[in-house]
This record gives sequence, C-alpha cells and structure tokens, in this order.
Amino acid sequence: MAILRNKPRGFNTLRSLATLVFLLATASLSHGQTPNSCLDCHSVLPDPLGVSQEKFSQDIHAQKGLTCVSCHGGDPSSDDPDKSMSRKAGWKGAIDRKQIPQLCGSCHSDPAYMRQFNPSLRTDQLDQYHTSVHGRRLASGDPKVAVCTDCHSVHDLRAPSDPRSTVNPVNVANTCARCHADANYMKGYAIPTDQFARYNTSVHHEALAVRGDLSAPTCTTCHGNHGAAPPGVDKVQNVCSTCHVFQAQMYEKSSHLQAFQAASLPGCVVCHSNHGIRHPTDAMLGTGSEAVCMQCHTPGDACDQARAGLLGDLGQLDQAIKKADQVLAVAESSGMEVSEALLAQSQARDSLTKARVTIHSFRKDLVDQDVQAGLNIATKNLQSGQKAMAERNYRRVGLAISLIAIAIVLAGLRLYINKIES
Amino acid sequence: MSPFRRVLNWLDERLEYDDLVALARKKTVPLHRLSYWYFLGGITLFLFVIQVLTGILLLLYYRPGAEAFESVQYIMTQVQFGWLIRSIHSWSANLMIFTAFAHMFSVLFLKAYRKPRELTWVSGVVLLFLVMGFGFSGYLLPWNTLAFFATKVGTEITGQVPVIGKPMMIFLRGGEEVTGATLTRFFGFHVAVLPGVATVLLSIHLLLVQRQGISVPPKLEMEWRANPAEKREMKFFPNFALRELMAWYTALGVLGALAAIFPWNLGVKADPFVPAPAGIKPEWYFLFMFQTLKLIPSKVWFIDGEVLGVLAFGLVGLLWLLLPFFESDEPAHMKQWITGFAVFALVYVTGMSVYGHLAK
Amino acid sequence: MPTNSQDVAHAGDPLLQPIPRRRLVEVLLGCGFVATAVAFVYPVVRYLVPPKTADLGGDSVVAGRVGELKPNSGKIFRFGSRPGLLIRTASGNYRAMSATCTHLSCTVQYREDLREVWCACHNGVYNLDGRNISGPPPRPLEAFDVQVRGEEIFVRRRREA
Repeated sequence: MAILRNKPRGFNTLRSLATLVFLLATASLSHGQTPNSCLDCHSVLPDPLGVSQEKFSQDIHAQKGLTCVSCHGGDPSSDDPDKSMSRKAGWKGAIDRKQIPQLCGSCHSDPAYMRQFNPSLRTDQLDQYHTSVHGRRLASGDPKVAVCTDCHSVHDLRAPSDPRSTVNPVNVANTCARCHADANYMKGYAIPTDQFARYNTSVHHEALAVRGDLSAPTCTTCHGNHGAAPPGVDKVQNVCSTCHVFQAQMYEKSSHLQAFQAASLPGCVVCHSNHGIRHPTDAMLGTGSEAVCMQCHTPGDACDQARAGLLGDLGQLDQAIKKADQVLAVAESSGMEVSEALLAQSQARDSLTKARVTIHSFRKDLVDQDVQAGLNIATKNLQSGQKAMAERNYRRVGLAISLIAIAIVLAGLRLYINKIES
Repeated sequence: MSPFRRVLNWLDERLEYDDLVALARKKTVPLHRLSYWYFLGGITLFLFVIQVLTGILLLLYYRPGAEAFESVQYIMTQVQFGWLIRSIHSWSANLMIFTAFAHMFSVLFLKAYRKPRELTWVSGVVLLFLVMGFGFSGYLLPWNTLAFFATKVGTEITGQVPVIGKPMMIFLRGGEEVTGATLTRFFGFHVAVLPGVATVLLSIHLLLVQRQGISVPPKLEMEWRANPAEKREMKFFPNFALRELMAWYTALGVLGALAAIFPWNLGVKADPFVPAPAGIKPEWYFLFMFQTLKLIPSKVWFIDGEVLGVLAFGLVGLLWLLLPFFESDEPAHMKQWITGFAVFALVYVTGMSVYGHLAK
Repeated sequence: MPTNSQDVAHAGDPLLQPIPRRRLVEVLLGCGFVATAVAFVYPVVRYLVPPKTADLGGDSVVAGRVGELKPNSGKIFRFGSRPGLLIRTASGNYRAMSATCTHLSCTVQYREDLREVWCACHNGVYNLDGRNISGPPPRPLEAFDVQVRGEEIFVRRRREA
C-alpha cells in the first residue's frame, strides 16, 4: 500500500522527459480514442503507478463510462503533466486510505446517482461500513484495516457476479485471508489468524469452492461484508439457523440452550467449531478424539449414558443400512433384479439423516422414532436382497443339476463310442 | 415288426430315401493329427441353431421401438427363465463369432480352401461377414448407452468410405443420426434379412461339404495319394457324429454355466442427449479394426487416415474372399506366402484385439 | 403239483436276469438324454407362459388412481429408479415432478399448510411448478407430464421437441 507522498527533487524534470518519451512511443496506440492522457503515461509506467489499458478495460467503472478523473480529478485532455495533474484542475493524486470510503461513498451512497446505472444496487454500504470493525478502527486512526479498494480491488474492479471478481462468493475467503491469514500483518490485533486455514478444511468450503454450490457460506455470509463484525457469542446460532433450521429449532427447545447461555458459550460453535466446520460424524457422540459430549460431561453420569444410547441407535441403523446395501450389491452384480429395494434404501438413508438432525433435540425418544422408521425400511430391503440371493442360489442349483445331466450324457456317449468301436 | 420300423417303412415308400441313407453311410472323416479342428464348423452350426431358437423365444417378448430397453428389462426380471434365454443368446452370440473365426483360421491353415473347395470358402467368408453383421445389429437391440454409442461410432466409420460411404451410413442408420429408426432397421436386419441370407448361404456351404467330403492337409493328401493303404478314416455316422454330439453338449454346458454365473447385464437406457462415455469401444470382435483405425495417423500423405484405414480393411476383406484363387491347384506346390500371410493375419487380429482391450 | 419247467422261472430265464452289461451304456445314455431334455424343455415351457404383470414400466408410469388423493395433498410414487411426487392441488388438478431435492438429494414432500413442495433436510421450498423459490436448492425439480386415463393417473417424462 505504498503511497507516493514525498516527491524527490528533480522529479518534475524527470517527469516531463519521461512524458515526452512515452508520448512518442504510445502516440499511435491511442489513435482514435477519446483523449485520456492519464492512460497514455500510466499504462506504461511500472507498478505502483502502472494501470494498463488492458487491466482498466476490465474495470466495471470504466465500462460504465467513468474515467480516471472521476475519482482522481485532473485534466485528461492535456498531455502536459503540469496541466493534467494540476491541483487547479482538481487533481487529487493517489487517494489517501482514510479518504477512500468517503470517495467511493460519494457515488455509491447516492441513490439518485446510482439509479442511473443499476437501480437495484444497494446504497447503504458506507453506513454499514461505519458500523463494522474495519470502519470503526479506520475512524480511530488505524490505517491497516480494510477499505473499499482492499476487497474490491481498484482499476480492475469487477462486479461481484463475475467469477474473477475478488468479492465473488468463491473468492471472498481468499480476499479476507490476504490480511486475516497473515500473522505478521495481524500482529498487534487480539484475534487469531487461523480462520482461513480452518475454513479451507470445512464442509462449507468444499460445497462452495469445490462443488460450486453458491448457497454455501463464506466469510461474509456469517460476518457480513460491509458491516463486517463477528456475530457475538450469544447470537451465533441465529446465524447458523438461517440455513440449518431444524437443528436450530430442536436445539432451542433442548436442555443445552440454557446451559450454554448460562456458561456464555456460543450455541452451535461449541460442538461444531466456527470456521473449521467438518462434516459431522457419529464419532462426535463417541468417546474418542472427535468426541464433543465428553468435553463437558462426566463419564458415567446420566448424560454419558444417554449419549451412549444415542450413539448406539445411530450405529444400529447405519449398520442395518450397510448390511442391506451389501447384500443388494452382491445380488445386483449377480444379475438379480433388486431396483425396487435399492430405491427404498435411499428412504432408509433419509431416515438416518433425519435421526442425525434430531440429535440436536438431545432427546432419545425422538431420535428413536426416526431410527425405528429407518430400521423398518432397511430390514425390509435386507429381506428383498436375501430373497434375491436365494433366487440366485436356486439358479446355481439348477445349473448344477443341468451340468450333472450333461456330464451323464457325455460319459454315456464316450462309453457308447468306445463300445461300438471295440 | 416294431412300430419304429413301421414308421420308417411308411416314409420310405413315399420318399424313397434309400440312396440318401446310402450316401450318409458312406460319409467319412479323415483321421490324422489335426482332425480335432474338424469339430469347429459343427460347433459353429450348433451355436447358430441355439441363436435361432433363443432368438425366436426372445421375439415373443421383445418390443423394438420406444420400449426396447424396458422389454429387455422385462425379459430379464419378470419372464420366467427370461434371464436364462437372454443370457444364453448373448453368450452364444459371442461364442459363435469366436468359433466362426477359429473355424475360418483352421480352414486357412489346413489349406482346405484350395481346389475344389473354393466356393465353400467364399460362402464361408461371406457367412463370417454375416455373422459379424448379426453381432453388430443385435448389439443395438437392448438400446442401452454402450450399444447406442458403439453403433454411432461404428456407422460413423462406415460413412468414411469414399463416394458410397455416406449413402451407406444413411441406409444403415435410417437417417442422418442414430435414432429409433435405426433400431427398427437393425431389428429388421437382425431377425429377417440376415437370417434369410445366412440360411441360404449355410445350405449351400453344407451342401458343398457333403458333395465334396472333408478336405485333408496337402502334405497328407500327397502321402495318401502315393500310399492309399495309409489312409485313415472314420465313419461320419455314427462315430464322428457321436463325438460331435459330445462337443455340442459340452458347448451347451459351457453356455449354461456362463448364463447362470455371468448373466448378461442390462446397462443404462440410451439417452441420445448425454455425451458419449469416455473410452467407448466396440465389442471385442471389432476391436482389432477399431484399434487399427486409432493407430493410423490422422493424415497419411494427402489421404485422411480413417478413410485409408477403412479402404485398407475393405481391400483386405476382398482379398480374403478371393484367397483360393491365388492358391495353387497342386498340393505339392502350395504357396508359402499365403501361409505367411495367414500367420500374420492371426497374430495381427489376436494382438490388436488384446491391445484394443487393454488400451484406454 | 405240476413239475414241468414251463411255468416256473429258474436261473437262466431272461425275466430274472439283471440288465446285461452291454445294455448298461444305452440305459445310461438314455437317462442322460432324458435328463438333459427335461433340463432344457422345462425352462422353455415356463418361459412361454406369460408372466402376470404385463406392464413394462417404461417412460410412462401409473402414479396413482383417481380418487386416491384428496385435493391439496401429495404422494410419493416410483418413477423408474427414482422417487416422484404426485400432487393434487386444492383446485383438483394434478401435478407431478421429481421428488429428489436438487440440493443434496433428500426426498421432498408436499406441505398442505404451505401449499408448496418442501424439503425436510435444509428447508428448501419449491412451488407447484417445481421451481426452487426458497432455501438452498440451486435448481428446479424436473417437472413431469400428467395424464389421467380412465381410472389411472399416468406420469410421463416431458419430451422436448
């Protein structure tokens, strides 16, 4: 984020010389375009002064007809840097970080102005920003926090719906991580820097970045984008419940809600983590490394027993489904017709999914209902599979009998041939 | 007089088949080290009969058209022993093509195609082409994904023949693309056209064999000509026939075991709008040609690679048909290059088939 | 008591002899032929008898019978190898669509209170045309054609022209 503030001596002369040289080089390139003397030089200057024509043509502001002067001011018709970059012409130079939100907001918070371009675009980003951690810290003098251009990029700013945009849902985590995962940069702030690494192991990341499901959450989904701030310990489950409705409903009716609130523990996060949310497994109900219940509960108490009961139930249904799957798979590969049972297996699996959701009520009787429904279906399917296997064996027996009959004929023919030829 | 005798007499009075019976009694099979190869023709015939019988049974339930896949599924799952009939039909088809090729190669190496049996050879080669046509047309009938795309690729290759290729392809497909019209057409070929032509040719083929007797390898023929006392023969009825019957029963046992232990699968119903599955390959008996085409560079000189391949196979097929006319009439002067050519052909077909199977 | 040898069987009489060795082979062969003939003919005869269910399945499936569904209710039926949802709307019309949620493949259901199609797993909602209107589902449910023929309600895949 280097900012050219103090210009060294002789700069003006150097500037004029450079301008002349570059002008000659790029005169033909700008043939036929509206005069934009800014790009004539800046398109060939090295970073951080460089903005190539190619880069700028991707910028959505450029596509909408805005130019360099819209933000930086100055006079684009003149090639003379003294004229084009004069304070009199309104030239602002590089914009100071603290001024960036205000500058962007000068258009983006003006509904009447924005209406000309995209009437459905929100215009409250600046207001939201002021409530965010970034906004508040910027106001109190911290220049390290994110401003508009840090996330949205600048000069090649793309609409969020563009998959190459830094704020497209699939890219958001990477954008946030530029600061939040940089331990050096975040020194001095009292927050961890492992969120990105953890998020990348999560099931949400897998859904979003790998499967391409844009409904999956990224940083901004839970933390907000312009009004970015953590939800607050007691409000976390509200955030999760926007998608995970049933788990939240059950949890709210359960004994754990008050218990966690009393202990100032965040609802869902205690068991599922906040950033590194892995795919939940039945082992979370167990006693091993993934166990969550036993982090609080004492071994041997009533809750521990209930936990063991829940785990047992789920395990029972899981096993029943797997067993039926196995038998059906063998039957199918032996050529037996088991498509009806295979279809019904998906219903059994649905029951298991439901049972796993019902865990959040922490009531064994409710979980048992779902498990029982699933067990009924899985048992029926197992029976179908076994019937198919019986049919398969019947075929093999039939084959064996036929083969014996054929063997008798072959033996008889051999003997007969021997007989008539002896 | 026993009732059996009475029936025979009744027939004899009306048909006067004594001379036929006399002929049958006289029929012999030469006995030598390589006599076992003589079984192959009979086995192929037996498998063909199995195909006709199981085919007729399948015809009772199969519906060509929109319900083709479902009707095969019905046969496999609902009809009593439908799985058996259909699996036997599919396995026997593959076995028959194998024995047909084996029979052809054995005739080639035993040099049975030379004078006076040129026409037997020609009818046999045409029968081999017909058998492969049976395989190609029958394969589409269950209307599953593999069959659909194999047909698409196969007919596409036919379209590569210069000048007549495109019209031939449209004729085969019943249109520009593979559709339900193709299925109807292939069904017609498979159950009416090909069986009709095959029956006629088969009759000619068998008649010729009956008229001319079984051939003997050239060296042996010269030996026996010089020394008639050394000639070893076996009566066809009942000795060879009984042995042939043993071979047929064995084939039947093998077929039954294959059908019961490895029933033919249904596949997934064909969907013309789904992209072709990766690595689509034709059935094994077309692999050697398919693999050859894949290996030819896309452009040889100025000729398109695939066109060159198709033309080359056409030429080879023609040469194959006319092979006896290149051979000498005298057993003493058999052409070496034909033997060499035969060895090369066997190695090529086998090698390319294996290669095609193992390649991705 | 007659003692002439004509009526009494004694050793050497053909009636008393066991099957002679030379006939054993023929008997064995005969039995084998009969056994194999039965083994071949039995399946063929069973095959020739048409099965009870003449219905092939196919693209068109009977999803239900007229009168089975009350207005504003739905039922799951089997469509090929996947579940389908048949809905009778409050106005009495029939709608049918795939019942596999486009989010994570749970089976959806008809909600009489919402008058919409709902997925219990993550609260996805579809309207009566199958279009996804709320929640995580990314795509609509595939809609099927419904035809009432006589007493039966047929559901068929939509054929694009």
